[in-house]
Amino acid sequence: MGLLIKNAIIVNADKIADKPQDILCDGGKITQIAAGIPAGKHEVIDAAGKKVLPGLIDIHTHLRQPGREDKETIETGSRAAVKGGFTSIMCMPNTNPIIDNAMVVEFIVREANRVGLCNVYPIGAITKGQQDGELTDMAELKASGCLAFSDDGKSVLNSRLFRLAMEYAKMLDVLIIEHCQDPLLTAGGVMNEGVVSTRIGLKGDPGIAETVTVARDIEIAHYLNARVHLAHMSLKRSCELIRFAKSQGIRVTAEACPHHFALTDEACSNFDTSTKVNPPLRAQEDVEAIKQAIADGTIDCIVTDHAPHTKEDKEVGFDGAPFGLIGLETSLALTITELLKPGIIDLPKLVDRMSTAPARIVGLADKGAIKQGLDADITIIDPDREWTVTQEGFVSKSKNSPFIGRKLKGLVEYTICGGKVVYKV
Amino acid sequence: MSWKHKHLLGLESLSRQDIELILETAKSFKEVSSRDIKKVPALRGKTVVTLFFEPSTRTRISFELAAKRLSADTLNIAANVSSTSKGETLLDTARNIEAMSVDAMVVRHSLSGSVLQLAEGLKCSVVNAGDGCREHPTQALLDMFTLQEKFGRIEGLKVGIIGDILHSRVARSNIWGLTKLGAKVTVCGPATLMPRGIEAMGVDVCYDLTKVLKQSDAVIALRLQKERQQDKFLPSMREYSRLFGINQAKLNEGSDHLIVMHPGPTNRGVELSADVADGKQSVILDQVTNGVAVRMAVLYLVLGTKE
Repeated sequence: MGLLIKNAIIVNADKIADKPQDILCDGGKITQIAAGIPAGKHEVIDAAGKKVLPGLIDIHTHLRQPGREDKETIETGSRAAVKGGFTSIMCMPNTNPIIDNAMVVEFIVREANRVGLCNVYPIGAITKGQQDGELTDMAELKASGCLAFSDDGKSVLNSRLFRLAMEYAKMLDVLIIEHCQDPLLTAGGVMNEGVVSTRIGLKGDPGIAETVTVARDIEIAHYLNARVHLAHMSLKRSCELIRFAKSQGIRVTAEACPHHFALTDEACSNFDTSTKVNPPLRAQEDVEAIKQAIADGTIDCIVTDHAPHTKEDKEVGFDGAPFGLIGLETSLALTITELLKPGIIDLPKLVDRMSTAPARIVGLADKGAIKQGLDADITIIDPDREWTVTQEGFVSKSKNSPFIGRKLKGLVEYTICGGKVVYKV
Repeated sequence: MSWKHKHLLGLESLSRQDIELILETAKSFKEVSSRDIKKVPALRGKTVVTLFFEPSTRTRISFELAAKRLSADTLNIAANVSSTSKGETLLDTARNIEAMSVDAMVVRHSLSGSVLQLAEGLKCSVVNAGDGCREHPTQALLDMFTLQEKFGRIEGLKVGIIGDILHSRVARSNIWGLTKLGAKVTVCGPATLMPRGIEAMGVDVCYDLTKVLKQSDAVIALRLQKERQQDKFLPSMREYSRLFGINQAKLNEGSDHLIVMHPGPTNRGVELSADVADGKQSVILDQVTNGVAVRMAVLYLVLGTKE
C-alpha cells in the first residue's frame, strides 16, 4: 500500500505541468506519474488547487545538537523543517562537540533516523575543532555520511590551509562550503557598517570582510580548478564577483538567505536582537542585488542559515547577543512573498533554487525533482494562502525571528518524505 | 507647547519644539542655582536614582545636584559594585531598583541602545546619561544651552565638532540637536575615526582643522580615549594632537567670537592646549554650570508627564 497524490499540478525546475496528474509513491520512491491512477488501497491525498513541488532542500542549518539542546534538537529542528516544507536539511558542524569525527556524524544520523521526519545530512568541519589548524579526516567523515565540509561560523582564515582543504576535497569529490568573513576586518562589528550603524552607534561590520574572502576563494578555486560553495552571500559586490567568476568558468556556487532579501539594516534600528545575524542585514542596494542574483542564477540556491538561540541568550542587548535567526518555518513564504509574487522569479525557478539546485550542488542524485524512480520527497503548497508569523506558531525550540508579526503568502499543506506524510497543516 | 515624553532617550526622537522647551525651561531653572537657598520644591517626594555602568564624575554629580535642587530624593548606584557583576541582566537590575518605588532612573551604560531596552521594560521614567556610542542627550542640550546663551540663537550658527566622531555619543546627540535647531554642523577628525555615511546625518565632513576653525562660530572638541591608539586608529597621540589638537596659534586663525567647548574630562595637550582650555574663548566651565540647569529641566519635564 502506497501513497497516492491525486490531481497534482507538478512543478519541476524545468516546467510547471499544464494539467493535473496523479503521483504514486511506494517503497520510498515515486513509482508512477500518470492521469487517473486507481486509488486501490492506497492512502490518498487530494492536491486539487495546490502546487506539488519536489521536497525542499536546505543545505545550511544549525540544529545545535549535540551541545545546545536548550536551543534546538534534531527532533525540534526536524519538526520545524517539515513544517517549512523541507524534506532534506544539512546541519553545520559548529556543535559541541564539533562535527569533526565519525562518532558525532553517526550520532546525528542515528538520531535523525529515530526522529524520522526528514533527511538530515551532517556537514563535517574542514579543520579539527574548527581551529584553523589541521584538516579533519575527510574521507572517514564522508564514509560516515558527510556530503560537504565547512567551518561555518567563521572562515578558514589560513589561506594555505584553505587551499589544501579544497585540493583534498576535490580528490574525495565532496563540497567545501565557505563562510566568507575576514575577522580582522569585521573587528567586532555587530551590524552592517553604513549609514544606520553610524546613526545608532553600533559597531559596523564592513562588507569588505565578506568580499575579500569571496575574491580569495574564487582565486583558489580557479587555481585548483576545484569547486567551492560560498555560504550566505549578503552583498551586491559579492554577487558581482561571483558573476564574474562564473563567466570565467570558475567552479563556484553560492547561496543566499531570505533575511538578506527581505530585510535591510534599517531593521536593526530598534536594537531588536533577532535582527542580529552574521553576515549582517545589509543596505537596500544589496537586497536588490541579491534578488537579481537569485533570479539570474548567480546565486544558485536559497538556504535558511537557521540559527536558533534561546531568549536568555538573545535578551542581553545587541552587542552581547549571539548572531543568528531562525528560518526554516518562514523561508518558503518569504521567498514566495518577496520573489515569486513580485515576479522576480517564477515557480519553476523557486523549485530550482530551493530543491533542484541544492540537490545538484551537494550530490543528492535521487532528489530535487518529481520524476518516476526518484525519492518520494514532495512538498504540497498553496502559494496564495496568507498567514501571519507569530511567536506561538513556531515549532522550533527557539523563537528568534525578526519576521514575527509579518503577513506572508504561501503555506505548506503537506510535506512528504520518503513517501510518508511527515507534516500536514 | 507641551511636553509629552515620559523618557529622555536621545535627541533623535525629539522635535525642534521639544528641544526648545527644554532649553526654555532650563533658563528659568538656572536662576535657582544662583540663589542663596538653591532649592525649589518641584519634585518633592519623588525618587531619582542614578544608575551608572561606566565611570563618571561630572555627569553623575550634575544629575544628582539637579535632582536635589528640585527637592527629589536621590540615590547613586555605581554598577561595578552592583549585582550585574553577579550575572543579573541590566533589565533585571533596573526592575529590582524600580520595585522600590523609584520615579526616574538616570542611566549610563556602555552598550548602544541599552537605555531603549530599559525604557521598554520599566514603568518609571528613564533618562539617558550616555549609552554606548549612540546618544548623550543632556550633554548636547547643555552644549546648545551654552551656545544660545553666548550667541542668543542657534539657528544659522556654524558649529565644528572635532575629534573621534566614530565613538562619540556626544557628537551624535549634538548632530541631532543642532541640525534640528538650524545650525550648520561640520565634523572634523581623523579619517579612521570618521564613521561611514556620517553625511547622511546632515553634516559636512572636513579633515582640515584650520579650515573648520576659520569658518566656525563654535567648536566642540571631543575627548580622545587613549585606547584608540592601541586599537590602531591613530599612529600616535602626538600626531593626533598635531593635526586635530587645538592650540592658541591655531585658534588665532579663527574669528574673535569663536568659542571653544569640551564635554570633559579634557586631555590637556591632546585635544586642547592648556592655554586654550583656560583661555578667554573657552566656555568649558559655563557648560558645566549649565549642565545642572538643563538636567533640572529634563527631570522636571519627564517627571511631570502623565501617561
